[in-house]
Amino acid sequence: MTDTDTDTTTSDPAVRVENLSVMYRTTFEKVPTFKSALRRVGRGKREVHEVKALTDVSFEVDHGTSIGIIGSNGAGKSSLMRAIAGILPPSEGRIEVHGRVSTLLALGVGFNRKLSGRENVILGGLAAGMTHAELNERYDEIAEFAELGEFIDMPMRTYSSGMYSRLAFSVAVHLNPDILLIDEALSTGDAKFKQKAARKMREVADNAGTMFLVSHSMRSIKRLCSQCLWLHKGQVMMQGEPEEVIAAYSKFLEVGEDAFTLDDM
Amino acid sequence: MNATRLDEEFTSSVHIYEPHRNGLPRLRPYFKALWQRKPFATEMSRASIRADNVNTFFGQIWQVLNPLFLACVYFLLVMIIRGRGNSFDANVERFVHLCAGLFVYHIFFAGCVRQGASSVVGGGKLLLNMSFPRLLLPLAEVRTAFVKFLPTLVVFFVILLGFGRPLHWEVIIAPAFFLMLGMFAAGMAMIFATMQVYFRDIGSFLPYMVRIWLYMSPILWYPDDPINTLNDAGIPEWVLHANPLYSMVGGWSELLVQGHIPEASWWIAASSWSVVALVTGALFFMSREREFAVRL
Repeated sequence: MTDTDTDTTTSDPAVRVENLSVMYRTTFEKVPTFKSALRRVGRGKREVHEVKALTDVSFEVDHGTSIGIIGSNGAGKSSLMRAIAGILPPSEGRIEVHGRVSTLLALGVGFNRKLSGRENVILGGLAAGMTHAELNERYDEIAEFAELGEFIDMPMRTYSSGMYSRLAFSVAVHLNPDILLIDEALSTGDAKFKQKAARKMREVADNAGTMFLVSHSMRSIKRLCSQCLWLHKGQVMMQGEPEEVIAAYSKFLEVGEDAFTLDDM
Repeated sequence: MNATRLDEEFTSSVHIYEPHRNGLPRLRPYFKALWQRKPFATEMSRASIRADNVNTFFGQIWQVLNPLFLACVYFLLVMIIRGRGNSFDANVERFVHLCAGLFVYHIFFAGCVRQGASSVVGGGKLLLNMSFPRLLLPLAEVRTAFVKFLPTLVVFFVILLGFGRPLHWEVIIAPAFFLMLGMFAAGMAMIFATMQVYFRDIGSFLPYMVRIWLYMSPILWYPDDPINTLNDAGIPEWVLHANPLYSMVGGWSELLVQGHIPEASWWIAASSWSVVALVTGALFFMSREREFAVRL
């Protein structure tokens, strides 16, 4: 174990989630405007809509564990990841995170399409709290891993979606996180890159890093994760060995719930 | 793992996320993280300046052409409204005063407010994917506006000396007023950035506000102009300071053009407005910033 984090005592888990609830309060319209707000006031109704993304979720993940998170669309997987990353504030409960977090959440990361890949890598790295020196040191590695060739110096609007996710993945894994959060990273990108990414994730996991992997591919969960968490409608259905949880999940899908096939199986 | 722990308290070590009740984050670690991620804001602003004018023929020269055209247009406007009948010297003085005020207002202040207002909404995916002190976004825009303002300063001094106006030693005090204006502008950028998350319409409303504020500030007119009218009407002079920019832009121009050190009341007004705006803006922004991810 190469756990170097000074503040982390070994008894602490990497992530402890206690009774976490996340609630969005959003209005119906996608883009809130003054006009619609006035109209709402005029009609005397408030169109605030509460979405319960997670309800009373509790679990612990130890250092060095890679945990797969499964569940159907809208089960709260992404919300859980964002909450752990500190992006979404919990409405109730508490999250404790011990370690440096690197995230690969929505596809493509928050990159500016006008700028080149290189500039975006620098921006992303700096936003994640790295220094220029560290980035220069790792830049070649990142670029090489993403296999973008000369595209790295072209504006990102010229990229294909596969290139986007390759670069995003490359940045996320090269930030040397203690805890890596990956959301559907392997859904784009060709088969070759998928394999390479899977190897890299295994490497991160082997280095005593902690990894959260959201995926619809049961195969990658089985291959990469030592634990599995099944979410359904914002609640934890089951946590345990990947084999068991996936078996239960598959059965659940067969008997209950509407038709849903496991892609990539 | 060999990553240097840059900002222990923000990304590394222990984080505890709990519901925030109108909550401010813990200020000390927040500002520490903010300070440590300054390079991000710098890089962000650099990149946006680079991306700005790549598609135009004149490219970065627009940074100089813009203020020049602007000054000419407004000077024309003033001349048309006031009519002729002034001596050449008086006109030159007016033009130089106009340049001083217009550049600092239109290029710097308005730039901060306008770009700052859209910084969070425009930050989109970055906000959804990463956790960092969001205050960096409007601050990056303040830097951008400042960098764009610098070349206009050169233009200004060329105009000043080209028309044979003297260069006063009091010029060296002018940065104090610029600093206060900068703090005020940063505060405004934060307030409008937060507001725009809740009301996207602010974006279309802002240009008009910026224009009206321009007319209400001592740019097209001299700071002394309204004083007689006010005295005649029996209104105390201090109402002029209800507009924060009266003392800030006015003081800036007085120092640059006339070499005249503003009286104490101007200093007090400008410094209190700037501190109030900055503190209010920062607190307002920080108390809301964790909700941004949900609102975008």
